[in-house]
Amino acid sequence: MTVESAATAAYIVAALLFILSLAGLSKHETARSGVVFGIAGMTIALGATIIAAIDGAEALGIVLLLVAVAIGGAIGLWRARIVEMTGMPELIALLHSFVGLAAVLVGWNGYLEHGSFPSQSLEDIHNAEVFIGVFIGAVTFTGSIVANLKLSAKISSAPLVLPGKNLLNLGALGLFVVLTVWFVISPALWLLILVTIVALALGWHLVASIGGGDMPVVVSMLNSYSGWAAAAAGFLLNNDLLIVTGALVGSSGAYLSYIMCKAMNRSFISVIAGGFGIEAKGGDDTEYGEHREITAQDTAELLTNASSVIITPGYGMAVAQAQYPVADLTKKLRERGVEVRFGIHPVAGRLPGHMNVLLAEAKVPYDIVLEMDEINDDFASTSVVLVIGANDTVNPAASEDPSSPIAGMPVLHVWEAENVIVFKRSMAAGYAGVQNPLFFRDNTQMLFGDAKDRVEDILRAL
Amino acid sequence: MTDEIESQETAPGAAPDTAPDSSAGPEIGSVIGVVTETAPGETRVAGTPATVVQLVKIGYRVVVESGAGAKSAFTDDAYAEAGAEVTDTATAWGADVVLKVNAPSTGEIAQLKDDAVVASFIAPALNPELLAALSQRSLTVLAMDAVPRISRAQSMDVLSSMANIAGYRAVVEAAHEFGRFFTGQVTAAGKVPPAKVLVAGAGVAGLAAIGAASSLGAVVRATDPRPEVADQVKSIGGEYLKVDVEVEESTDGYAKATSEDYDRRAAEIYSEQAADVDIVITTALIPGRAAPRLLTEADIASMKPGSVVVDMAAAQGGNVAGSVAGEKVVTANGVTILGYTDLAGRLPTQASQLYGTNLVNLLKLLTPEKDGRLVLDFEDVVQRGVTVVRDGETTWPPPAVQVSAAPAAAPAKAPEPVPEKAKATPLAKGLLIAVGVLALFLVNAFAPQPLPQHFTVLVLSIVIGYYVIGKVHHALHTPLMSVTNAISGIIVVGALVQITSDDLAIQLLAFVAVLLASINVFGGFAVTRRMLSMFSKG
Repeated sequence: MTVESAATAAYIVAALLFILSLAGLSKHETARSGVVFGIAGMTIALGATIIAAIDGAEALGIVLLLVAVAIGGAIGLWRARIVEMTGMPELIALLHSFVGLAAVLVGWNGYLEHGSFPSQSLEDIHNAEVFIGVFIGAVTFTGSIVANLKLSAKISSAPLVLPGKNLLNLGALGLFVVLTVWFVISPALWLLILVTIVALALGWHLVASIGGGDMPVVVSMLNSYSGWAAAAAGFLLNNDLLIVTGALVGSSGAYLSYIMCKAMNRSFISVIAGGFGIEAKGGDDTEYGEHREITAQDTAELLTNASSVIITPGYGMAVAQAQYPVADLTKKLRERGVEVRFGIHPVAGRLPGHMNVLLAEAKVPYDIVLEMDEINDDFASTSVVLVIGANDTVNPAASEDPSSPIAGMPVLHVWEAENVIVFKRSMAAGYAGVQNPLFFRDNTQMLFGDAKDRVEDILRAL
Repeated sequence: MTDEIESQETAPGAAPDTAPDSSAGPEIGSVIGVVTETAPGETRVAGTPATVVQLVKIGYRVVVESGAGAKSAFTDDAYAEAGAEVTDTATAWGADVVLKVNAPSTGEIAQLKDDAVVASFIAPALNPELLAALSQRSLTVLAMDAVPRISRAQSMDVLSSMANIAGYRAVVEAAHEFGRFFTGQVTAAGKVPPAKVLVAGAGVAGLAAIGAASSLGAVVRATDPRPEVADQVKSIGGEYLKVDVEVEESTDGYAKATSEDYDRRAAEIYSEQAADVDIVITTALIPGRAAPRLLTEADIASMKPGSVVVDMAAAQGGNVAGSVAGEKVVTANGVTILGYTDLAGRLPTQASQLYGTNLVNLLKLLTPEKDGRLVLDFEDVVQRGVTVVRDGETTWPPPAVQVSAAPAAAPAKAPEPVPEKAKATPLAKGLLIAVGVLALFLVNAFAPQPLPQHFTVLVLSIVIGYYVIGKVHHALHTPLMSVTNAISGIIVVGALVQITSDDLAIQLLAFVAVLLASINVFGGFAVTRRMLSMFSKG
């Protein structure tokens, strides 16, 4: 057994452990052991690589290696410990950007490290792989940075609309193909620099032109890209572990994007090609009537007398940091024998599963937090629905008005309940820019103000 | 079938003894007077301590006639505490705005001061003489029973709030006369079947009756000519008996007179049901007409002894043969028919509270500045509709308002799947797949090793990834992303190999790559563990 063959064997074991890790995450009961599998796989992979790398290396290389791992590990653990759960989307986007940048650097090294190739065609393939790896990595890098900035509200989350933006994207792709062919024929450093710049610009533009409400799709799309970047690096380095892992991550991200797109009844292309805001600008002058308001006091009374309550949170709950008072409210009502459940729309929040994590953080038991399909039929037999910071995901127009821009998007049927209380800051339209007829229904009452303050008012009234 | 709670004619009043002379307190807005009801048998009052508080809040001074709330269990002290002045009869009648339950009698009209506003039940359609008498004086009259039936005005709709109470009370009265339990029980002394209740008319009163009867445990069935109420009936525990004849949907919230075919089939249903059920509560009313006859003498005769019928339309002629307004009648075969017309008044505290709140809501609408100044805006259909006399001029009937009792029906029934996303045709899809597969084949056929081997690994991994991820619980999507994030840090392996290169530039680039990827690996796993530890089962 040589060091080489031992490393290869370790990679196979690590790949298997990664698959087990993802499989473990499918259920709450096995999720924690899934993470343990993942950590074990990573430890084996890293251990084998480090041993193989140190074997016969110079002192400087070894020192650099250990220092880099130590610093990176320390930063990673520190960030993971202090991150707020409401800040998860930003963190995840930032982490994606690291993978992207690492992939760019690995690709560059792949070019700089002139290996010897047994044949010309293998060298051509290698060069193409360098290009593809750098391109995917760079798009992931800037895309994730923009997503991070948007999610942390450091830049406006409104979609950037440049004239002919779809042409710009397609043009960048076309340029990439041309440059790849050129680079394969006559490799040169300036071509590599050029393609890196093109890809960086493309990644920036791609995500900048997508609006805040489509972020769940964007984040999972970037997750997918970071996987493909790793897989491309695997091709480049002839490393099967990278290919397996990259493909797992890539398909996982792609699948999540698909779920998110389905939940919005939009195609992946239409998400990439533009936000809702642009389509929905068409005049919307339908007369909806007037909305009614309710006080926190009356809401408390309504809740006390209710037999069952469903809470449908949205991004607004995360913004207002209302998950703790909501959890308190849930606990109090459950103690009084009121059945309380949560209905989560797949695209609620800014990250797939975002609401679940926030509620879990506030200690809401996960078995009362249900998915849209699990709970949609139960609204009709529910006394009170609290809509906290959600808008488009509870819009009856989606299922009733075929001319609505969001027609066909699956939504939570909150309006079927006896009473609906909507927590909202103002009467402004939601992300899709579509007016919500729910607010004007006879069984709907509005509770205006900051969601956290209002829920706390209700708690006091209880 | 909305139920009109009749506004009783007031007895010819006593002569006015005091001239209206009370001076309004101009500094705090108009004075509202709550007066004692003089109609025989009336137990309600137009203002309660709770509504007084709200009236004071919008700027009014409130005077309450001493003893006005006595029959509704509101004491003078309670009114005083709420911020009202308890006064004598003359002062209360001399207020700028007089709130009443029943329409004022002739004598009472004389007691009102000039330009006063009076709000009460009026029933303008049935009482033209009253309307004439009111318009003799320079008064403004708000008929609480003329509030248009639109969503916005629901909070002022006294017919609904009284009907709700009456419906509940009808069940209570029936239960009182009925010799058995409502709910089914299995006891040591034997099995008790649940009572069967038929509610005719699922308007506000009907729905209240269905709700009350089903929460007492009875089996409740309901009829109504408007098929759109079926869901409402079901939602509160009743079973809707459909009359299987075509009927149009109501557009104004009230039931219409029905066609002959319909009537014949409906009569059959009532006959069948009468023989089967123990309790019948009828609430059928058609505005401006005599109440429809639903149960014939033969139907009543077919009922079981001990059965109870509550005819909530007795005052308008009755839905049931043999019912007498205001009376309890027991038929030869032992069926009790209740024709009480004061069902809402039998719950005086509740009825006064709801009626008072309806008045407060109306006054809030009429006092937009909350300064105690009543302003009438005839552009507003609610204010227009409710005003039957303005400054001595009859303004009834108002122009028709079309409101809908089935608001969502039209758009909701439109076929949904119009904008089905333009899906690629199966042919195009197949073509695309074929091209993709062909490309994969060609790449692998021509490429030298190790490329085909890498592709094998890639393709199999994607398939595995798809199936593994497809099973992930929706709640774990965020942890899934952070774990995949961590394992995509595996790119560190590539950088680790490069860091031991001899070229310093490569080493530095690899150093940065290792550092970044390590953040991912450690950070990703750590944050996932932290997240998962938060998920707990209830």
